[in-house]
Amino acid sequence: MLQKGEKAPDFTLQSTPEKRVTLADLRGKNVILAFYPADWSPVCSDQMSLYNEMLKYFERYNAVLLGISVDGAWCHQAFAKARQLHFDLLADFEPKGAVSRLYGVYEEGVSQRALFVIDAEGIIQWSYLSPVGQNPGADGILNALEKLK
Amino acid sequence: MHTLIPPANALDHATGAEQATIELVEYGDFQCPYCREAFFIVKEIQHQLGDKLRFIFRNFPLSEAHEYAMDAALAAEAAALQQQFWPMHDALYNRQSDLDEALLVILATELGLDLQKFSDDMDSPRLLSKVEADFESGVRSGVNGTPTFYVNGKRYDGDYQNLASFLAR
Repeated sequence: MLQKGEKAPDFTLQSTPEKRVTLADLRGKNVILAFYPADWSPVCSDQMSLYNEMLKYFERYNAVLLGISVDGAWCHQAFAKARQLHFDLLADFEPKGAVSRLYGVYEEGVSQRALFVIDAEGIIQWSYLSPVGQNPGADGILNALEKLK
Repeated sequence: MHTLIPPANALDHATGAEQATIELVEYGDFQCPYCREAFFIVKEIQHQLGDKLRFIFRNFPLSEAHEYAMDAALAAEAAALQQQFWPMHDALYNRQSDLDEALLVILATELGLDLQKFSDDMDSPRLLSKVEADFESGVRSGVNGTPTFYVNGKRYDGDYQNLASFLAR
C-alpha cells in the first residue's frame, strides 16, 4: 500500500458510461480516494452514505472525494442513483483492479477498504487500510485534511 | 480507540444527575429507525439507572438519506431555546412515522412554544451552525453510522440492544 510522501499514481477511470475522471486534472485540489470492495454491500453503503453527507465539510478543505471499486460504470450509476450519492464512483473495471494494484490495495479480486488523502500537488499525505468489514468513518480523513492547511 | 471530541460541555443537551457516574452520549438522527429503537432502550436504561446516569444527545442528521432529519434537528434546537429540548426530542421519536414539516409545527404547538420564535429560530444560521458543529464533532469522534454511543467519553462499539447490560456491569 502506498504511503505518505509518495507520488499518487495518475489514472483515468470511468465514473458513468459517459464520464471519465483523470486524477491529474484535479491538481490544485486535495483529493480523497476511498477504495471499497463493492457497490451494494452493507458496510460499503453505510460508508459511502456517510461520505455523501460529508461533502460540504470536505469542500471546506478544498477536497474532492472519489470512490473506487471494481464495479462497472453501469453498476456505479445505479448504485449512486439509489443512494443519491453526489460524488463520483470510479470503475476500476478494465483491466480489473489495475488502479487498486497501483495503490497496493487489491486483494482477492476486489479493492480493499483503503483511504488516501492526496494534496494539491499530487502527493499522498495520508493513507489508511481499514479491516474489510469495518466502516472506517471519516475522522482520519478530516484530521489529514486539517494538517494540510 | 475513538474518544468523544469535544468532551461533554455546557453547550450539550444533558439530562440526569450532574454527578452521575455514567455519562452516555448519543449521536442520533430523528428520522433514523434504529435511533428510534435506541430511544426506547435509552428510556429503559434511564429508568433503571436513575441518578447514576447522565444522558446527552448530539445531532447527527443524515440529511441526504433522510428528508426531514435536518429540519427535525433544527426543531429540537429551536425548542431548546425555549427550554423544551427533551420534550421535543421525545415527541420526535414517539411520532417518527408521521415526521414531516407539518408535524414539527404541530409538536411545537402541543409543547406550547412561541410559534413565531420557533419558526424564526429554525431558519436562523446560528442553529444550523450548531447542528453542523454537532455533526462535525461526531465525525471527528468516529461516528460511522447512527446511532453511535459514547460511554464516559469512549465509543461503544457493541450492539445498542446490549447497551443496558453493558452499563449495568
